[in-house]
Amino acid sequence: MLLDISNLTVKYPSRHGEFTALKDVTLTLEAGEILGLVGESGAGKSTVGNAVIGLLAKPGFVDHGRITLTGQQLVGRPEPEMELLRGARVGMIFQDPMTSLNPLETVGWQLCETIMLHKHCTRRAARTHAIDMMESVGIRDAGERFDHYPHQFSGGMRQRVVIALAICGDPDVIIADEPTTALDVSVQSTILDLLRTICRERGVGMILVTHDMGVIAEVADRVAVMYRGEVVEVGKTREILTAPQHKYTQSLISAVPRADVKIERFPLISYIEDAGTPDLARLKARWTKPKGAQSDIALSVRDMSVEFITQRAWTGRKSKVFRAVQSVSFDIPRGTTLGIVGESGSGKSTIARTIAGIYQPAEGEVTLNGMSLTKASTRDAKLRRRDLQMIFQDPYSSLNARMRVQQIIAEPILFQKGRAARDEAMRTADDLLDIVGLGGAAGRKFPHEFSGGQRQRISIARALATGANFIICDEPTSALDVSIQAQLLNLLKDLQQELGLTLLFISHDLPVVRQMCDRVCVMKKGVIVEQQETEQLFASPQHAYSQQLLALAPKLLR
Amino acid sequence: MFKSFSHFLQSDLVYNFTRSRVAVGSAVVALLIIAASMLAPVLSPQNPFDLMSLDIMESNLPPAWESGGDPKFLLGTDDQGRDMLSATLYGLRISLIIGVLSVALSLLVGVTLGLVSGYLGGIVDTLIMRVADVQLSFPAILIALIVDGAFRILLDKEMHDRAAIYVIILAIAASGWVQYARTVRSCVLSEKGKEYVEAARIIGLGPVLIMVRHILPNVMGPVFVVATLHIAMAIIIEATLSFLGLGLPPTTPSLGTLIRTGNEYLFSGDWWITIFPGAALMIFSLSVNLFGDWLRDAMNPKLL
Amino acid sequence: MLKLILNRLAHSVVVMLAVALIAFSMVAFLGDPISNMVGQDTTVAERAALRENLGLNDPLPVQFVRFLSHAVQGDFGLSYSLRVPVSELFAERMPATLELSIISAIFALLIGIPLGIHTAINRDSFTTQAILSSSLVGVSLPTFLIGILLILIFGVMLRWLPTFGRGDVVMIGGWSTGLLTSSGLRSLVLPVATLTIFQLTLIIRLVRAEMMEVLRTDFIKFARARGIRRKALNYRHALKNTMMPVITVVGLQLGNIIAFSLITESVFQWPGMGLLFVQAIGNADIPVMVAYLMIIALIFVLINLIVDLLHFVLDPRLHSSGAN
Repeated sequence: MLLDISNLTVKYPSRHGEFTALKDVTLTLEAGEILGLVGESGAGKSTVGNAVIGLLAKPGFVDHGRITLTGQQLVGRPEPEMELLRGARVGMIFQDPMTSLNPLETVGWQLCETIMLHKHCTRRAARTHAIDMMESVGIRDAGERFDHYPHQFSGGMRQRVVIALAICGDPDVIIADEPTTALDVSVQSTILDLLRTICRERGVGMILVTHDMGVIAEVADRVAVMYRGEVVEVGKTREILTAPQHKYTQSLISAVPRADVKIERFPLISYIEDAGTPDLARLKARWTKPKGAQSDIALSVRDMSVEFITQRAWTGRKSKVFRAVQSVSFDIPRGTTLGIVGESGSGKSTIARTIAGIYQPAEGEVTLNGMSLTKASTRDAKLRRRDLQMIFQDPYSSLNARMRVQQIIAEPILFQKGRAARDEAMRTADDLLDIVGLGGAAGRKFPHEFSGGQRQRISIARALATGANFIICDEPTSALDVSIQAQLLNLLKDLQQELGLTLLFISHDLPVVRQMCDRVCVMKKGVIVEQQETEQLFASPQHAYSQQLLALAPKLLR
Repeated sequence: MFKSFSHFLQSDLVYNFTRSRVAVGSAVVALLIIAASMLAPVLSPQNPFDLMSLDIMESNLPPAWESGGDPKFLLGTDDQGRDMLSATLYGLRISLIIGVLSVALSLLVGVTLGLVSGYLGGIVDTLIMRVADVQLSFPAILIALIVDGAFRILLDKEMHDRAAIYVIILAIAASGWVQYARTVRSCVLSEKGKEYVEAARIIGLGPVLIMVRHILPNVMGPVFVVATLHIAMAIIIEATLSFLGLGLPPTTPSLGTLIRTGNEYLFSGDWWITIFPGAALMIFSLSVNLFGDWLRDAMNPKLL
Repeated sequence: MLKLILNRLAHSVVVMLAVALIAFSMVAFLGDPISNMVGQDTTVAERAALRENLGLNDPLPVQFVRFLSHAVQGDFGLSYSLRVPVSELFAERMPATLELSIISAIFALLIGIPLGIHTAINRDSFTTQAILSSSLVGVSLPTFLIGILLILIFGVMLRWLPTFGRGDVVMIGGWSTGLLTSSGLRSLVLPVATLTIFQLTLIIRLVRAEMMEVLRTDFIKFARARGIRRKALNYRHALKNTMMPVITVVGLQLGNIIAFSLITESVFQWPGMGLLFVQAIGNADIPVMVAYLMIIALIFVLINLIVDLLHFVLDPRLHSSGAN
């Protein structure tokens, strides 16, 4: 056995008493094996990795338990001895390749430094070895790139450099902490392939920490599922994914959106309760029909382009312009959901913000409920946008931390109806909180007293406050754990059904899109490359890029 | 109101405060000094502004415990026979008033400009920040000196003496606003990109409402830290100006003026005229700095 | 590279023009130069003639251009109170200020940077606590009070060191230096100590804050995780990254030292530019004030230019091309 963790318990002393981050965690790892460590935020999965390498964040400490690496006990070893082990016996790969490298030194310098430290060799020999390493992790023209600085590499290439740095001391165990989370899907799978190759060829044991079941399904040999500091289930990847024994694992897996088939609702998740059940009947009573001219098309976008000035011209010279969105067109029929998918930087969020009026389009027309938003005075456009609201990605920044929840939800009502409507606005706010399952009493609290999923519910309540019937959802669940995501997506579906809402759903997550959307636009570099009915797209993608995206998306079962 | 106060009392900030001996100690000392100076008319044995009550025969007396000291004057007297205890308390009061008012003024100007500059961007931002950059090239004390110098040329001697306190407040405020503006601007830039601001825009709120209702409350934390440290700084600048003979006239002595007077007698061994106001100045600014330093670390270690 | 230098130069010129405009408006709008130049018995006609002669009736932009062209040549007119060309006054006083400031700056950096590093690395050690507490005392003590205390202790009570003036100076090609005589050196001790103590405290705190910031970053954590030893981590990785922001602020501090020396000069009656400036404010001597302002601005602009170029040389993100 390569690595043996038994009864590992880690505690963090804090103002409110001791917090137990890990409770009697027992795991084993063989050479050449990839052990997936999966769990939602706060499960303690990163803490396991940090404990193994002896880099627990202060003031955390190992309360009891053993970590044995080929017979050597690691817990309680003095820092100078741990220093000798790091890199040489245990290596680590972090999540964000953008910040993992020293920006002021060349990649080669950083490699040589590490190699000379572990191999006790000359600079010449280290250089040769470093170039070998760079080639083996798939960096082309390694001899030339040796002298480049980190900022001259792309994100995926940087993560390769990070991997080279982690394995150049020939460690027996590598801890990879969310190694692909910060990367785009297309890069993600190549990095996962690389990690698997390294383990097989070098006989390295790897603990792969991740929140993503898809990543686990793709590379892990065995999986350990963690929940609130405890390992609830360990087993072969296939067995865990197909026949989970523990209730938590069952609800976790059922909450993962499936890319292979569309289901009406996510199965009810009983193990994790984030909020009460929504009370939808009450909502309908206060719902107002959309104002103005009616049409079957809720939103129509024609040849819309959006530009950003990247370098302002001062004299004569033309300003440099970046076209974030290039003449896109789509319609969303009333009561349906249109999805926009694409990798980061594809322009999908820009579209959402332009429709919402935060950016101005350079060309094209946007029509909401049959009324133009672009060919109207600022004042009119503002009035017409009252039927439109937005739900944002980041639950931590989308609510003003200095306002009470009730004020946050009441604000749009007060703004439209004036101070006189204060009592009514407050009552509506409490009702809405009930409706999204938080309970009216939640209104007296501040946003920081809620979890991420609960905050997204507050966001939804705010979007519904003025009776808007068109809602833009900009990656509304990508910052959430899967179980919370499932609940929230269910809530959105229910609301849509009850109220006939029209949704524009922006996401990078194909399975989520399949579950939520009627039609999908696939975007790449500001252009819609394919627009298709969802089921048809997933069944037979036409454009090469759509095919690539679908092929690369991690699948739970293969 | 009551509810948010009890909320505040339960916050981590207050909890950490009660756990830090340095923070509590410095806050207590600073508050005691503020209270003593505000109560100067009650506490001090003599009114140092009342020239009639001074007796030139009692000038330059050492503190009561030294040989030749008079128990009537605990900390001795200055060259005009002023009781040093009273003069120091009154001087502290003037210094504090100037400090607080100039901090308030530069806070008001700086926060407004920083908010506008950060939120609106573009030409307005460039203009304000260019001015700030140029001004930041000069130390605060130099800016204050130049503003004071300009008023000295504009006003004749007697008028300047009468307006001295306002001129100084203006001079210090003019030298201090940049820090607020820059702090607020950089906070606004990071707040502006957050989604709650976009949400407010989608609701339809105009720029003024967004700035005042949404962004301002979220940037006040750092402003509070800057202001705390600035109070110590403002008092030091005032003392420096007065020490250089360019601040308050000797008829309404601030701490700096007292130290300046004392400095002339330093070589004849009359140290107390300088040391007591000097010590008062130091203890106060030290306690404010200690508290401000703790506050900065507690609220945001990134601020400098 | 060339583009960057030109850009920074243009920026510097704009700053200098802005300062010149402020300086010029002091000359043009504050006080009356004529009555400061002539006696009580000068007739109205003579005054008018002088006014015309000096070009004071020209349009303001013309006057500003004339002011600029004179300023570029170092000509700021006659001092109102001393009746001597301002340029001569400053030429005579500048060596005193520069010697004082530069020596203080060297001491402040040589002591401040290592202490800052020490306090950032050994965060909870006893020496760190001692250094930090005393540095806070240093920040809370106004410069002039430090000077007075030093005078009281070393000048009045112990009588070890001189407390005013520069002592004997030697002229070397128009530059008067106090560095070559023992009385000159002894005279330097207290003013240099005064100026150093204040700057030192700022530099310690600055270096500490920046270094702690760097030590918190991911790449330091990753370097630790691959076994890089403590020493290399602190001195090879963290220190270089710390120096980037430190260079900027230290540059500003150097400019500050020169300006702050005016307080030290006043305390020690040090015959430098600062003392001249403080006296000029008291006497409403506009030409001297204006010249001092311009000289300080020039020094600041030059320091900033050097700092920018240093950044460019040291930071690969600025001189190597971006991501491929």
